[in-house]
Amino acid sequence: MAAPKKIIKKTTKKELLHLYREMLLIRRFEEKAGQLYGMGLIAGFCHLYIGQEAVVTGVNAAIKDGDQMITSYRDHGHMLALGMSARGVMAELTGRSGGYSRGKGGSMHMFSVEKSFYGGHGIVGAQVPIGAGLGLANKYLDNGKISTVFFGDGAANQGQVYEALNMAQLWKLPTLFIIENNQYAMGTSIARSTAQKDLYKRGLSFGVKGVQVDGMDVLAVRDATKKAAAHARSGNGPMILEMMTYRYRGHSMSDPAKYRTREEVSEMREDHDPIDMAKNRLLKEKWADLDALKAVDKDIKSIVADAVEFAKTSPEPDPSELYTDVLLEVDA
Amino acid sequence: MAEAMKQMNMIQAINSALDIKMSQDPDVLVFGEDVGYFGGVFRCTAGLQEKHGLHRCFDTPIAEGGIIGVAVGMAAYGLRPVAEIQFADYIYPGYDQIASEAARLRYRSNGEFTAPLTIRTPVGGGIHGGQTHSQSPEALFTHIAGLKTIIPSNPYDAKGLLIKAIEDNDPVLFLEPKRLYNGPFSGDPHMPARNWSKHELGEVPEGHYTIDFEKARLHREGADLTILCYGTMVWVAEAAVEATGVDADIVDLRSLMPLDLDAIVKSVNKTGRCLVLHEATRTSGFGAELIAEVQQHCFYALETPIVRVTGWDTPYPHALEWEYFPGLERVSEAITRIMED
Ligand SMILES: Cc1ncc(C[n+]2csc(CCOP(=O)(O)OP(=O)(O)O)c2C)c(N)n1
Ligand SMILES: [Mg+2]
Repeated sequence: MAAPKKIIKKTTKKELLHLYREMLLIRRFEEKAGQLYGMGLIAGFCHLYIGQEAVVTGVNAAIKDGDQMITSYRDHGHMLALGMSARGVMAELTGRSGGYSRGKGGSMHMFSVEKSFYGGHGIVGAQVPIGAGLGLANKYLDNGKISTVFFGDGAANQGQVYEALNMAQLWKLPTLFIIENNQYAMGTSIARSTAQKDLYKRGLSFGVKGVQVDGMDVLAVRDATKKAAAHARSGNGPMILEMMTYRYRGHSMSDPAKYRTREEVSEMREDHDPIDMAKNRLLKEKWADLDALKAVDKDIKSIVADAVEFAKTSPEPDPSELYTDVLLEVDA
Repeated sequence: MAEAMKQMNMIQAINSALDIKMSQDPDVLVFGEDVGYFGGVFRCTAGLQEKHGLHRCFDTPIAEGGIIGVAVGMAAYGLRPVAEIQFADYIYPGYDQIASEAARLRYRSNGEFTAPLTIRTPVGGGIHGGQTHSQSPEALFTHIAGLKTIIPSNPYDAKGLLIKAIEDNDPVLFLEPKRLYNGPFSGDPHMPARNWSKHELGEVPEGHYTIDFEKARLHREGADLTILCYGTMVWVAEAAVEATGVDADIVDLRSLMPLDLDAIVKSVNKTGRCLVLHEATRTSGFGAELIAEVQQHCFYALETPIVRVTGWDTPYPHALEWEYFPGLERVSEAITRIMED
């Protein structure tokens, strides 16, 4: 059987170099976070985004400044893509006062008004109706913005997702529901948890259109998101984008990974890696040579090294910080 | 005939209780997120699917409202479902099914229907879980009429109480202090970790046995102070009593609802002093209930005001875990203060 003809997606040298750089930043940041975890500098839960970089990078390339983003606990990549500082994210992981939540939120809970990032959320599925609420605010205020809400294949089985989809369609909210289908929810494969595995169809009975996208191809993600964003922004209501992706690492740092084969993981890494895909195109188009790409990597490594240094030296929060930001004012 | 005993940690004790009930009673089914194939994130259900089959021990989607609601329906028809909620912090989507359905079925059906389900879920801090993996929500459940709330502090109790919970004809919320799964915890993270392998409460009968609800366990007997506690705080109390040298009764409540009021009253009437401990936030915590009962029943025996040491009224932080956790130092200080009063 002849292989299907690959459609070469349009891009430019400038754009692809930028996307490559963004994805590489996430990858290097996460690799480092994994190392710091191993060294005991990061405690508790830490969910890495390695393998899924193309999803948030492609989405971010297709939306506008000020469009909101909200996601689960697997949130480091989203924040870096939005331009939140690597220092602030890393220092939150190490529980230091220089972190985005001054060390009190940890890996799963960070926010930024400036970058319209409405958080990492530790409770599976909880962010989905909140994302619809952001969409409602946009519509009410008529501000021309859309909200993007990211969740996993596992989260797609939470009841509140369907409450949100119905409301979003009923009220024609400018919201994109972006399912990062990495095939697993912790140790439970999609086959063991999900009756109908085409998650892009999950809104059909409400009238929410959905498409399935190669989430390992940053340009495919960009293109699909552009279309969906235009749909949502012009008052047609929400859409579902099912991004087919894969996480290379365990669910969190303490994952024995006995639920999938090594071959499965290495096949994805070797044949479908989003960063390699961008790299190959850059080389093929002669938009960059290996030396130029090495320079990019070096530059990124220094950003990450600086973030690590900051995250190690930023002081721990003062114990009085326990009581701040519980309510606007408290008597401690 | 002497019972065969085996040294178990709390995970193994829970696993053994589930295994025994599944072997004895075909109506017992065990399910939850990552419970079947993977054996549970804390391994409490390891091996049960292989042994008892996919139809009796299975994975569910991530849908706590659905998991608990389905369990209520199964129980109403006479099965004995044992649902696991992976962390108590995830139970809130299922709260409605517990509060409005499971806990009320008997009452509103004139006793014709019951919901003999068990919900197992790990609680508590001390594992760097931050705000969504450390909570102690027991008071949200003891406040619901029609529900029993159990919290063991050691492997022996965990097994006997879990078997009892599964056999009980009413809904039971079974809270497992995750910090105790592998060993007792003093509340001081700098002290060497202990495990259950040498502890007498890790010596567990291999077969079937039950422990009645509404029976507190006198963890340590003393004359001068009563410490009312449960779960992880039992071990913090033990360490603090050692550290301060105060001769205290440590009452491990084990069952919060129903509550062993007799044991509480007897102890406080004997010692005349009372300290109440819990990890959960302070305001409207279960400690408030205990204090109300103690003051009503032991008022004339009390020599000092009742004191409580609890978590702070804040979310559970990622950093500052040991400032938040009511550990050895804070409990020891409170003991010293009460004794000087
Ligand atoms: C309400 C709730 N239930 C369960 C969990 C535990 N949990 C955390 S992540 C996870 C798996 C989610 O998988 P998926 O949605 O596919 O996202 P992924 O981790 O693959 O990014 C589970 C079960 C939780 N955090 N919140
Ligand atoms: Mg997933």
